[in-house]
Amino acid sequence: MFKVILSRIGQAALVMLVVSAVSFVMFRYVGDPVASMSRENAPIEEKQALRRSLGLDQSFVVQYGGFLKRTLSGDLGISYRNQRPVTELIAERLPATMELVIVATFLSLALGIPLGVLCALRPSGAAARLVQAVSLIGISTPTFVTGIVLILVFAVTLGWLPSFGRGQVVEIGWWSTGFLTWSGLKSLILPGITLALYQLTLIMRLVRSEMIDVLSTDYIRFAKARGLPMRYIHFRLALRNALMPVITVTGLQIGSLIAFAIVTETVFQWPGMGLLFIQAVSFADIPVMAAYLLFVGLLFVIINTIVDILYAVVDPRLRARSA
Amino acid sequence: MNTLASPNLIMRIGAPISVMLAALLALVIVGCALLAGWLAPYDPTDLSTFELINAEIPPAFTADGDSRFLLGTDNQGRDLLSAMMYGARVSIAIGGGAVLLAASIGVFLGLIAGYFGGRIDALIMRIGDVILSFPTILLALLVSGIARALFPQAGTAEWAPLILICAIAIHEWVQYARTVRAATMVETAKDYVKAVKVIGLPGRRIMLRHILPNVMGPVLVIATINLAAAVLTEATLSFLGVGMPPTYPSLGTLIRIGNEFVFSGIWWIALFPALTLVLLVLAVNVVGDWLRDRFNPKLRVKR
Repeated sequence: MFKVILSRIGQAALVMLVVSAVSFVMFRYVGDPVASMSRENAPIEEKQALRRSLGLDQSFVVQYGGFLKRTLSGDLGISYRNQRPVTELIAERLPATMELVIVATFLSLALGIPLGVLCALRPSGAAARLVQAVSLIGISTPTFVTGIVLILVFAVTLGWLPSFGRGQVVEIGWWSTGFLTWSGLKSLILPGITLALYQLTLIMRLVRSEMIDVLSTDYIRFAKARGLPMRYIHFRLALRNALMPVITVTGLQIGSLIAFAIVTETVFQWPGMGLLFIQAVSFADIPVMAAYLLFVGLLFVIINTIVDILYAVVDPRLRARSA
Repeated sequence: MNTLASPNLIMRIGAPISVMLAALLALVIVGCALLAGWLAPYDPTDLSTFELINAEIPPAFTADGDSRFLLGTDNQGRDLLSAMMYGARVSIAIGGGAVLLAASIGVFLGLIAGYFGGRIDALIMRIGDVILSFPTILLALLVSGIARALFPQAGTAEWAPLILICAIAIHEWVQYARTVRAATMVETAKDYVKAVKVIGLPGRRIMLRHILPNVMGPVLVIATINLAAAVLTEATLSFLGVGMPPTYPSLGTLIRIGNEFVFSGIWWIALFPALTLVLLVLAVNVVGDWLRDRFNPKLRVKR
């Protein structure tokens, strides 16, 4: 068990090293810091002095080491555009994105699991076919179109819900939350639904196929032969086993959701990390881009590692095989 | 097209009505896009043809509509229908270009990985693993962001399509490489490849002339499904403002322009291009899904 955890953490560290190297290369070699920092028409000697004082004349490895050290101490440079430390910017935007992702994950599970079960239990029923057809349309509709249509209907035409921003937020330490105010909660609804739809289809299809697989296994057949009530068989025996991969995929998808929140945040002008990143991309604000890559990479790796370890904890077969 | 329409072939293909309809819809949209230069009532890229006095006219079928502009005009007085036809052409061209580039890189690397195996194989596949662990949209945004930092002219109408194609292909080639690698490994173990090796043909010739034709089937199926995904990615990037510029809009750019006017009740600028995009992608997805199930039931492409 211990060995499994150690090897997973080792792999994670390796991936992070690669991601940080990419981020460093972007930071260091895309654009010339000396050119952007020195005055115009500066003599070559002055530029070289600046280069030396910044440590840019040292070898790649030494510079990369310095970058790692600064990153670990939380210094990710200063945004070209805002002239503020990147770490501060990201910390400020993090709560907005995380709350959006939490709401979206909750919504997609709350809707996706029942719909998937419905499709699996009566695969040829009218409801199941309708859900399948709608899910195909769902796959083909880009997130921003869903968002625009929702805004058009619920914000512009009906005027029920706000269409941009987070509403009123409450500060708890450095974390700002929209969960505690009425306007904050109302602001979460439309972006939450938009982001949830992206992964609703995935969860629904997964639950459906897992459920169909489980329902055809022997132990379910025996349970039926024993005359156990159908509800007990479906929900206590079958669904539990079908949910294992769903938990994994949901966990892994949280990383993609954070990345995909870029689109949702743009549509709803949601002040999260995604909006920060997209502004950085259009202004070629390299420090922010590099930091975002590093941060999302870190989240991905942490989530993947936790899911892997949890899997080993929950499923004894996996533990036996890899230990 | 004539051969497609003959009843015999339809019977042989045996596609359900829904798939036939989807194929027809895709053909109509692609046809309108390709023939935009002849079919479109106006030239939306020619700035001299639109006048601000015609701006924001609603579609012709609404009360305030103008019969000159069937689907209304945008904020600059550009005929929306024409802009959509040209926009669809740009979207399809970039999507198709990305698929072509991704397939070429993927097939090439997949052949090499599968044929030689060993360290080259491991290297190519590990790079692919790392790339696939990031979402398409994030990588594409990074590529276009870096391109913008390196070349100031990256956002112009001449350069944007090339950068978009590269940005999308950098993620998509891995699927092709994985499929082709697996198929190449199977083929390499077969007798006919062993025989040509004995004859002493060079590896390049064996790969291109003997193995490649036998592994192309699944590549074509993946390409169909990927086309829909590539068009969507392009639209998303353009919508986010890092794709095609407003002077030469793709469907995504049009939706981006329209999005700014949704709040003032001007819904048509965003909605019609969005509808076209959804219909196009839906149609290609239906056909692609059917192709996949029909030609290779075991092939499951990750969304």
